[in-house]
Amino acid sequence: MLASISPLELSALLANTPPIDQIGTLERIARIQARSIKGAAKLQGLRMALSMIDLTTLEGKDTPAKVRQLCYKAQHLHDQAADLPIVAAVCVYPTMVGVAKQALGNSGIKVASVSTAFPSGQAPFEVKKLDTLYALDNGADEIDMVISRGRFLAGDYQFVYDEIAAIKALCGAARLKVIFETGELDSLDQVRKISDLAIAAGADFIKTSTGKIQPAATFPVVLTMLGAIKDHYDKTGQMIGMKPAGGISSSKLALQHLLLVKEVLGEAWLSNEWYRFGASSLANDLLMQYQKQLTGKYQSAAYFSID
Amino acid sequence: MSNPTWNLEPSLESAAQVQIKPQYELFIDGKWQAPASGTYFATVNPADESHLAKIAWANATDIDLAVSAARSAYENVWSKLSGAARGKYLFRIARLMQEKAKELAIMETLDGGKPIRESRDIDIPLACNHFFYYAGWADKLQEAFAGQQFEALGVAGQITPWNFPLLMLAWKVAPALACGNTVVLKPAETTSLTALKFAEICQEAGLPAGVVNIVTGYGDTGAALVAHSDVDKIAFTGSTAVGKQIQKACIGTPKKVTLELGGKSANILLEDAPIDQAVEGIINSIFFNQGHVCCAGSRLFVQESIAEQVVAKLKFRLQSIYVGNPLDKNTDIGAINSKKQLETIEKYLAIGLAEGAEMYQPDCTLPSQGFYCKPTLFTDVAQSARIAQEEIFGPVLTIQTFRTMEEVVQKANNSPYGLAAGVWTANGARIFGLSSQLHAGVVWANTYNKFDPASPFGGYKESGFGREGGRHGLSAYLKFKN
Repeated sequence: MLASISPLELSALLANTPPIDQIGTLERIARIQARSIKGAAKLQGLRMALSMIDLTTLEGKDTPAKVRQLCYKAQHLHDQAADLPIVAAVCVYPTMVGVAKQALGNSGIKVASVSTAFPSGQAPFEVKKLDTLYALDNGADEIDMVISRGRFLAGDYQFVYDEIAAIKALCGAARLKVIFETGELDSLDQVRKISDLAIAAGADFIKTSTGKIQPAATFPVVLTMLGAIKDHYDKTGQMIGMKPAGGISSSKLALQHLLLVKEVLGEAWLSNEWYRFGASSLANDLLMQYQKQLTGKYQSAAYFSID
Repeated sequence: MSNPTWNLEPSLESAAQVQIKPQYELFIDGKWQAPASGTYFATVNPADESHLAKIAWANATDIDLAVSAARSAYENVWSKLSGAARGKYLFRIARLMQEKAKELAIMETLDGGKPIRESRDIDIPLACNHFFYYAGWADKLQEAFAGQQFEALGVAGQITPWNFPLLMLAWKVAPALACGNTVVLKPAETTSLTALKFAEICQEAGLPAGVVNIVTGYGDTGAALVAHSDVDKIAFTGSTAVGKQIQKACIGTPKKVTLELGGKSANILLEDAPIDQAVEGIINSIFFNQGHVCCAGSRLFVQESIAEQVVAKLKFRLQSIYVGNPLDKNTDIGAINSKKQLETIEKYLAIGLAEGAEMYQPDCTLPSQGFYCKPTLFTDVAQSARIAQEEIFGPVLTIQTFRTMEEVVQKANNSPYGLAAGVWTANGARIFGLSSQLHAGVVWANTYNKFDPASPFGGYKESGFGREGGRHGLSAYLKFKN
């Protein structure tokens, strides 16, 4: 593997990473959570959230049929309601990329593939490379890689940087999302450090979690990552995308996350080009709230398709 | 897919949930009494300048009645009760305040202009907590001052400001009653309503008549209270100018005095600080309650190496600060308390510009009616500039840079005030180093404007003397026999 950053550059990068204060972070979040999102703003927010979903199935028991069903749902969230947006992407394992690609056709919905020995990342680099190439060869538009948490926690930042840079080099036109699995990182300081490292190494998106480990996309972690994106943008003018994944299962949480993005990064990030929710059960809650907002009545879960 | 602009809609708390009477009398000896002069003044909602109620204007005759009632209640009832019995009343008051928290919050916002988010989440809960806290001390004074002999002072005259009307009442009334004193309280003329509501709560709690008396009015009412010869103690929170008058009036009298006055507090941001959280803290330290906070962090000192970045971050943050109707749950900055105060703030904005400082205000529209001021940053501010020396008491932050620790300590301490200070750094040793050198009654580290009943509060120099809150707050209402 080529070393793509010099040790000196790497230490300068890490030296510029600011400390993160946990209490101050929680206070900022409390202010967001005290906001009231109602009426037309809520309706608009729900639609926005639907359009930002990476509809996900990442199970050992996934079948081509299940993936095809998910792809149909991605394009037809709830046909009983008129004029709903479609989701941003369908997220699957590499072996299902071909199936999803075919099912989605020219719908405009992207196919995202997890890679690099998702979810643990415990495989030799050569295997991770093949894993990624397989997904790309089958037509993946986006690659969701996991970092080597063990190496990161051990302080081998050079390795983590180079690994991300090498996968980025394979991606070509495909966009690279880098998953940190923040539930395995020890502190917000570490979250900020890996955010800066991944962005410097070429991440197009930074993503909190695999969804396999709890806690996942908590507000403090998300805010810390947004702070890194904002600082990078202020320095370079380059936008980086954000994808919280895991744990955001209700509309209320999703809307609060969107408001956090709006206040911390600005309106420019409120599009599925720059913001995604990695979720499987969120879509139906958004649909349920959307219908409630339109009709004034709650419908039971039985009225919304599970896949 | 790109989306159109996403803006929150107003989410108004309903003012219909509170009942404001058309006219309020004086609360003396447990009864509502018309003022001797027959005069009333209007209280308005600063958010839209609408009339709220007529309030009785007490004069020296009314003050005399109130002090007599307090004296008689002290001699005959309150001083004869056990600490536990006093505590029982205080707990009852605290619980009733909690029950009526929503009503009190809306009333505070209507009368004073502060955002409902603050009156609901900060003012009222903290005021209740002060009563709970001092209720707990009432029967433990022997433990608070072990080995010492002491007794209550008698009748306390208390004068509260308009920035935290009910909270300042709680800071004063709760320790006074816990220690066995009776009180005559005069609220600020622009914000009498929650004090009058508190009088109703005292009635509902069955507090013996005369233990708490509320006399409303302007400065002359307060002056009559200060001048009354049968008052044993004056506790005042307000401007340094009025504090000095009170101090002069009490010279040569046996009155005990505590004063909690103005400030021009320094907030010091070091280059190794958690910057985003510090920026948030700076925003809260100056724009909390429209900057109508005696301990507001109104002078920001930023270390040279991060100054540009911090100013850019502050400006960006101001874009998502909502200024407007205080009853809107999304409002961050509400209405300036009065026309007079708005004029004072605007005068200082003009002074700042004339002094050559660079002014920044975010692009936001203010309501057409009512008293509002945009959050304001001044950069390129000289230490000798009036905007950096004088208390503005509004949403106005002056920003100066510094290079060394020695320099920032000198500049921070170079003020006639000494109420509070803030230090932002991830370095623990620097926190202790700086906080021991700063001449301020309160020093916050990596936070600001944190209040708790258990924590004493008060100033150095012209920010006043005496402490309110905590065990310290008890000694302001006791005399010790040694």
